[in-house]
Amino acid sequence: MAGASSGHVDPTGILVEANLHLADYIIVAPVVVPVLFGALLLMLRGKTRWHGQIAILAMALLALSTGLLLQRVSAEGPVTMTMGRWLPPFGISFSVDIAGALLAFVSSLIALTGAVYAASTTTTLERRYGFYPFFMLMMAGVSGAFLTGDIFNLYVWFEVLLISSFGMIVLGSEQRQLDGTMKYAFLNLVATTLFLIATGLLYGLLGTLNMADIWQKLNASGDPGSAARAGPVTTIAILYLLAFSMKAAAFPLNFWLPASYHTPKFLVSALFAGLLTKVGVYSLLRVLLMLFAQERLVLADTIAWVAAFTMLAGVFGALAQSEIRRILGYLVISGIGTMMAGLAVGSLTAITGLMVYAVHSMIVMTALYLAAGIMARLSQTSSLSASGGLYAASPWLAAAFLILAFSVSGLPPTSGFWGKFVLVRASVESGAWWLAFVILLSGLLTTIAIFRVWIFAFWRGGPQDTPDGAEAWKVEPLEKAYRQGAFLALGALVLLTLAIGLMPEALLSTSADAARGLLYPGDYIGSVFGGGQ
Amino acid sequence: MEVYLAILVGIFFTVSIYLLLSKYVIRVLLGVAVLGNAVNLLIFTAGRLTREVPPIIPAGLQVPVDPTANPLPQALILTAIVISFSFFAFLLVLGYRSFQDLHTDDTDSMRFAEPVDEPAPPRGY
Repeated sequence: MAGASSGHVDPTGILVEANLHLADYIIVAPVVVPVLFGALLLMLRGKTRWHGQIAILAMALLALSTGLLLQRVSAEGPVTMTMGRWLPPFGISFSVDIAGALLAFVSSLIALTGAVYAASTTTTLERRYGFYPFFMLMMAGVSGAFLTGDIFNLYVWFEVLLISSFGMIVLGSEQRQLDGTMKYAFLNLVATTLFLIATGLLYGLLGTLNMADIWQKLNASGDPGSAARAGPVTTIAILYLLAFSMKAAAFPLNFWLPASYHTPKFLVSALFAGLLTKVGVYSLLRVLLMLFAQERLVLADTIAWVAAFTMLAGVFGALAQSEIRRILGYLVISGIGTMMAGLAVGSLTAITGLMVYAVHSMIVMTALYLAAGIMARLSQTSSLSASGGLYAASPWLAAAFLILAFSVSGLPPTSGFWGKFVLVRASVESGAWWLAFVILLSGLLTTIAIFRVWIFAFWRGGPQDTPDGAEAWKVEPLEKAYRQGAFLALGALVLLTLAIGLMPEALLSTSADAARGLLYPGDYIGSVFGGGQ
Repeated sequence: MEVYLAILVGIFFTVSIYLLLSKYVIRVLLGVAVLGNAVNLLIFTAGRLTREVPPIIPAGLQVPVDPTANPLPQALILTAIVISFSFFAFLLVLGYRSFQDLHTDDTDSMRFAEPVDEPAPPRGY
C-alpha cells in the first residue's frame, strides 16, 4: 500500500516453517467436526427427522478424532498446531497433551452416549427449538477448552460452551427452568468475567497469552523481575482459583448448581453434570497446577479447606433432598470436592488420582442422570416419597443403578474405587491425613445418600404408604424406541465404569502420564517452541 | 494516564458489584452491562496506553523502528465486547421472559426451582 516495498518478506523467524501434514489436522478436528455439524443441523432446522442420526454420526466422528488424538499424544508426546502458522507465542496455538486429550476423549464418549439417548427421547418440538445445534456447539466448546494452548482462547471456548448451555438449559421454558436458568446464567457469567479479568491482568503483567510462554516467564529462574511481580502474580492466581472454582461449583460458590441442574430435561442435566463442571476442574489443573505452580503451593491449604467443605456440603446437601435429580446435583458437587483434594495435595500420585476420578465422575454422573431420566419416565415422578416399585418394573434398570451407586460411592469393583483409593493414598503420603479422612467420610455419606434412592425407588413395593406385600406398583410402560435408545446409552456407561473398575491398569497409567505432563511440562513447552508442527 | 484509567476501572467495578448484589433482576442486568465495560477498560489499560504511534512498519523494513501502539488488547476487547454484548442480549430476553412467566423480578421470590416449603425427605419406608 505504502509505495515501493519489495513485495517479498522473508518468513524466517515469523512463520512456522515445517509443512503441515494432513494427519496434523487431527489436532483441531475435535473442534471443527462439531462446529460443522452444528451449522449443518442449524440449516436443517425445518427438517428435524434425521437430526438424531446425524448427531450420532457427528459424535462418533468426534470420538474417533479424539481417540486418534489421544493415541498419537500417548505415543509421541504433546503436539502443537498454530493457527495461521504465526510463530508461537504470536499465533493462537492448540497444544494437546495427555491430560487434555484424555478428557477430550472421555467427554466425546459421553457425548456419543448422550446422542444415542437423545435420538430416541427428544421430541419434535425440542428439535425444532434447536436442541441439536446447541448440543454440537457445546461439544465444540468443551473440546476446544481441553485442547487449546492459549489462555484467552480458553476464555473464548468457555463462552462458546456457556452460551450453548444456556440454550440447552432453558429449552422448554417451564417456570422452574426459567428460574434455574436465571441463577445458572448470571453466576456463570460472573465466573467467566472473573476469568477474563485475571487474563487481562496477566497479559498486562507478562505481555503474553500463550500458555507455554506464560509458563516460561513465570518459572524462569534468575529473572530479575520475578521478585517484584510476586504479589500481582499471586493475586492473579487467586482470581483464577476463584473463577474456575465457581465454574466447577466448589464451596462456597456452588449454589448455582443445585439451583439449576434439576430443571432442564434429563439428558441436558446428564451432559452438564458429566462435562461442564469438569471443564472447570481441567482449567484449574492447567492454569493453577501447570502455570502457577509456585502460587499453588502458597494456596494449597486454602484449596484443601475448599475441597473438604465442598465434599461435605455436597454429601450433606444430598442427604437433605427428596428429589432424585437434586440429590445427584449435590453428589456432583461432592465429586468436585474430591478432585480439588487432589489439586490441594498436588503430588504426582494425587494428580494421577484426580485424573482417574475426573474420568470416573464424568462417566458415572452422566449415567446416573440418564438412569434418573428413565426412572422418572417409568414412575412419572422424581420425588423420593412418590416413587417405588421400580425393581419389579425393570430389574435391569435396578441392576444398572445399583452398579452406579457402588461407583459413585467409591466401592469396588467399579471405577469410583480406584480414583478414591489413589487420592486417599496420596493424601496420607503427604501427611494430610485429615483430608484423607474427609474423602472417606464423604464416601460413606454418599453411600447412604445414593442407597436411600435405590431403596426408596427400587426396593420397596410402591410409593410411600403402600402396604407391604401389596401388588407391585403399576408403572408407565416405555415405548420400544425409547427403551432401546435409553438402555443402550445407559448400558454402555455402566459397562464402562465396570470395565475401568475391573481393569484399571490402562486408565491408571494414562492418568499417571497425564499428571507427569502437567507437573513437568517440558515436553509441552518443547512442542510449542521446538519448531513444532 | 494509566493511573487515571485504573481508578476509573475501579469505580466501574464498584458500581457493577453494587448493582450485581441487588435482588432486582433489572439492576443485576445493569450491573452485568457495567461489568463488561469495566473489564474492557481493564484490558485496554493493561495493554499500556501509547498514543499516536500506529503499529505500521515502514516500507522496506521487516520490523517497526520505534515502539508502537499495541494492537493486541484491542483485538481482545473486540472479542470480549462481542461476547459480552451477546450475553447481555440473552440475559435481557431471559429476564423479560422470566418477568412475564414468573410475574416477579425480585430474586427473593423466585423460588420455583427450589420451593420454600418443601416436605422433608422420607425418613423411613
